[in-house]
Amino acid sequence: MTKRPESETSTTGPSRRGVLMGATAAAMTASLFTPKTLRAADFPTAEVNTTGLAVTDDAVTIGILHSITGTMSISETGSVQAEKLAIEQINAQGGILGRKIEYIQEDGASDWPTFAEKSRKLLVQDKVASVMGCWTSASRKAVLPVFEQHNGFLYYPTFYEGLEQSPNVIYTGQEATQQIIAGLDWVAREKGAETFYLLGSDYIWPRTSNKIARKHIENFLGKRVLGEEYYPLGHTQFNSVINKIRLRKPDVIYAIVVGGSNVAFYKQLKAAGIDMTEEKPLLLTISVTEDEIRGIGGENIEGAYACMKYFQSLDNENNIEFVKAFKEMWGDDMVIGDVTQAAYLGPWLYKAAVEKAGSFDVDKVREASPGIELDTAPEGYVKVHENHHLWSKTRVGRAQADGQYDVVFETADLVEPDPFPEGYQ
Amino acid sequence: MFDGYTSSELTAIFAMQGFAGLSLFSVYVLMALGLAIIFGQMGVINMAHGEFMILGAYVTYLVSILFAEYMPALFGIYFFIAMILAFIASGLLGMFVEWAMIRHLYKRPLDTLLATWGLSLILQQIYRSTFGAREVGVSIPDWMMGSIAVTDLVEIPINGLFVMAVTIIIATSVGVMMYRSLWGRQVRAVVQNRTMAGAVGIDTGRTDRLTFGIGCGIAGVAGSAFTMIGSTGPTAGQLYIVDTFLVVVFGGAASLLGTIASAFTISQTQSILEFFISGSMAKVLTLLTVVGILMLRPQGLFSLKLRK
Amino acid sequence: MSDVSTPDPRQSRLFTASELLGYLVLAAVIFIVLPSVLDAFRLNLFGKYLSYAFVAIGLVLCWGVGGILSLGQGVFFGLGGYCMAMFLKLEASTPENTSIQSTPGIPDFMDWNQLTELPWWWVPFNSLTFTVVAIVVVPVILAFIIGFAMFTRRVGGVYFAIITQAIAAIATILIIGQQGFTGGVNGITDLRTLMGWDIRPDSAKTALYFVNGVLLFAVLFVAHMILKSKAGRLMIAIRDREDRVRFSGYNVANFKIFVFCAGAAFAAIGGAMFTLQVGFISPTLVGIVPSIYMVIFCAVGGRLSLLGAVYGALLVNWAQTTFSESFPELWLLAMGALFIAVVMAFPLGLAGLYDDYLKRHIDRLLAPVDRMMMRRAARKTSPKAPAPTAQAAE
Repeated sequence: MTKRPESETSTTGPSRRGVLMGATAAAMTASLFTPKTLRAADFPTAEVNTTGLAVTDDAVTIGILHSITGTMSISETGSVQAEKLAIEQINAQGGILGRKIEYIQEDGASDWPTFAEKSRKLLVQDKVASVMGCWTSASRKAVLPVFEQHNGFLYYPTFYEGLEQSPNVIYTGQEATQQIIAGLDWVAREKGAETFYLLGSDYIWPRTSNKIARKHIENFLGKRVLGEEYYPLGHTQFNSVINKIRLRKPDVIYAIVVGGSNVAFYKQLKAAGIDMTEEKPLLLTISVTEDEIRGIGGENIEGAYACMKYFQSLDNENNIEFVKAFKEMWGDDMVIGDVTQAAYLGPWLYKAAVEKAGSFDVDKVREASPGIELDTAPEGYVKVHENHHLWSKTRVGRAQADGQYDVVFETADLVEPDPFPEGYQ
Repeated sequence: MFDGYTSSELTAIFAMQGFAGLSLFSVYVLMALGLAIIFGQMGVINMAHGEFMILGAYVTYLVSILFAEYMPALFGIYFFIAMILAFIASGLLGMFVEWAMIRHLYKRPLDTLLATWGLSLILQQIYRSTFGAREVGVSIPDWMMGSIAVTDLVEIPINGLFVMAVTIIIATSVGVMMYRSLWGRQVRAVVQNRTMAGAVGIDTGRTDRLTFGIGCGIAGVAGSAFTMIGSTGPTAGQLYIVDTFLVVVFGGAASLLGTIASAFTISQTQSILEFFISGSMAKVLTLLTVVGILMLRPQGLFSLKLRK
Repeated sequence: MSDVSTPDPRQSRLFTASELLGYLVLAAVIFIVLPSVLDAFRLNLFGKYLSYAFVAIGLVLCWGVGGILSLGQGVFFGLGGYCMAMFLKLEASTPENTSIQSTPGIPDFMDWNQLTELPWWWVPFNSLTFTVVAIVVVPVILAFIIGFAMFTRRVGGVYFAIITQAIAAIATILIIGQQGFTGGVNGITDLRTLMGWDIRPDSAKTALYFVNGVLLFAVLFVAHMILKSKAGRLMIAIRDREDRVRFSGYNVANFKIFVFCAGAAFAAIGGAMFTLQVGFISPTLVGIVPSIYMVIFCAVGGRLSLLGAVYGALLVNWAQTTFSESFPELWLLAMGALFIAVVMAFPLGLAGLYDDYLKRHIDRLLAPVDRMMMRRAARKTSPKAPAPTAQAAE
């Protein structure tokens, strides 16, 4: 067994043992700490690349496709940084199958047709071996047919609404049930919450997530939802909804507000005298990572709870190393959110899958992907499920004034990804 | 929806909702005043208005860092200095833009739209390269972020009061300048008849530059004030542009009073609708109402009688 | 202009020799040069650019000729695109393809939003004929309503621009908000076949490119006819001196409504072709930003020139793709600078540059052809057609 952080000892994922025994390439399990240097000469290009990808004797080219301009650049910058860090670290360890990773970065410009155009360019013209990219569901939906048509391979980092499972995508973030259910269970159990007020930005992820949350609250927990509201993306005036919340007096505000609206929402909530540290009402969000808190200001969101799989403050060796490396590369004032960490996993999972498959061919990498394990993920041990999502833990953190989360709860076991949850449709 | 509430609770909610409407109103006025001057008085469509606002917000951010670093004792009052600096920075940039670009385009008002759109792209990219793509968090002095408890149930946010105060001060001073100062007389003269104004010795070029500068400066102050309630990022300015133009057009472009009246109407409609239906639909209904009324009464609420 | 061969515009010949040459060159570029130098991927990109050219042509009519600047052309583009996408989505959502849904046979996003049956207004889009008609008619109806309300009340210029901008904003919020019916922010994605013909492979995309090109020429021809007609000349008169036209007894509003509707129809055709070539449609094509970009295509090409608009759409989009590939961090600067430069230095865009520097020489070269064409036209129509005079064209 490779080294594993203490917090993971209780892991009893249902099929982990089976995967370990069944995996002929168990030795391929990637590790930051025990790098195995593979030599390119042992893997002739003609054998590892039979489909004409951009793989040479000493380099493999992958694509990075995020918005670096437009409104989404606020969120996607962290993902780009994490992916570049992972690539640099992998290269320092000798690359993938002895080949250095080179990358071509394209700008999706926060515009979905541009994402489609750039992904086609990466796949058709540059013949990249895989792509790390996309952030919003809309951009993923736009590139999906392109990846399926040209048989590309995408690592998608964002927590998202689920209801999708493409053979050409590995989802390194959580699908909705992984992020929602454990958090709601926790708040009902530990805080005795009876009533909920659901709030979100108006697009598919918050709406689908709230749909799942509502079903869980009403059908599985037997609690009540007092209201459900959506505001246009970019909305900056939340005083009316804050008054409505006062009127209904819910125990929990379940907020899925995103982007610039986030900043406005929390500042106005604080200014309206709703002190989240008092937990009356308690605020639970699934959309505010440390990245967002930078814009909101720690003092304005102090006391709110967030349900994620990763927080920068996680206390394990992998994460301490990761945070240190990230800050060394991108500056001391950087913060790392859930999606940034998930983006960081992309290149590592790709490396592990290629080396397990012994080939860069997309079909072989796809076949090798389920069952891939990372002991070295900053969030702890993760594993790729048959359905291309990751097994991962769900954690609840409480926002501090310094912009970090204090982890107050984590699930004992890895949560199984279930992109098409029964009973939540 | 009001079953089971005591009358005092309801009163409290309505009081706070009324206040929410008023603070939305002052936000709209603050956004629109600068544009009302530029668009209403000069006929220039400044699509970069939002970017001038964000410049003010970034200036506030820089000042807050400076104070936190070198004068932490005075941090509580840095905001006032930041607002003045924001006015100066945006105003100077505005005057420069007028000199370099806008003054060549007065005869082609629709073209100012395209040129200033180009300008807004450039400014966005400059902000992004300078401050990074992420939002910056502007720390606000503690005394400005709380709320005043009027009764047990009614709490009035201080930042809302502050924005209102700023709005009243700016609106009054614009009104006074417009109708009492030499500059104001010159601006009105130039608006009514440029040739004649020039003939009686008004330096129309200088008046234009000053007007544009003041309009942009006010945008800067608005941006500075909005750091309290909204986000500060390279593209945040685009959030404001549609609302701002609608307020100005709905009010009747050349009338400052009209701008204020229209801001009041739109903010109250939206605030009341938001209370009863979902936010997205409230926004659509408000915009539809405004557009509908504009179709029936294209000159806006108030219009200046002018011979064109 | 003292060139004898300069034709008198009042003669209203359908094409002058230089116009004809212009169309021939464009046809050569679109049908021969681009397909032979570009691979399938780049050709598909140019197909996408050309779908914007439809909008730009409409804007030449509305803005350049009619003086009506619409900042809401994205709405019409989007309506056309959405109509097309609805048909394609229904075709892609067969019960077999959607068997994992709780209600098979309806589009996937409806299922995610708990709809259990197809909304009534989606049903007619099962028919291709209805869809093709709707692509043109729906936007035209909307344009008529807007145009009627505004132009009969003499709203124009800047006000019209801002109101159309607000309409674009409303349309976006509405589409995003009604995601059970429209697909929300994601738009309508994963479109596969058109009457059983797979639109995704390169061969289909190339075929669509040529269809797009043919349609573009059809639209160019219609626009050209409008320009050359009496209505076209009246539009110019309205732009320059609206009152005088009104006092001459013309109903100005009707002409404006007409060109606005024509512009909307062109934009909608472009939108439908966009959907077919790109494979999806989303609200990002409807809002204010794309609408302004569409105006800019037209401005860069030259707001008075139909051909200029096509080249403008090609050039700006191509520049955007190229800049953003080579300097992803800085392309906005380059684009911003381009817009400012066009407005400040070349207000008539590419077409203006052509008129200033090239047209004279080309006209001189073409003079014999022109004379020949004119003689033939004169023989055909009436024996006493006046000979071309030296009257200035402007």
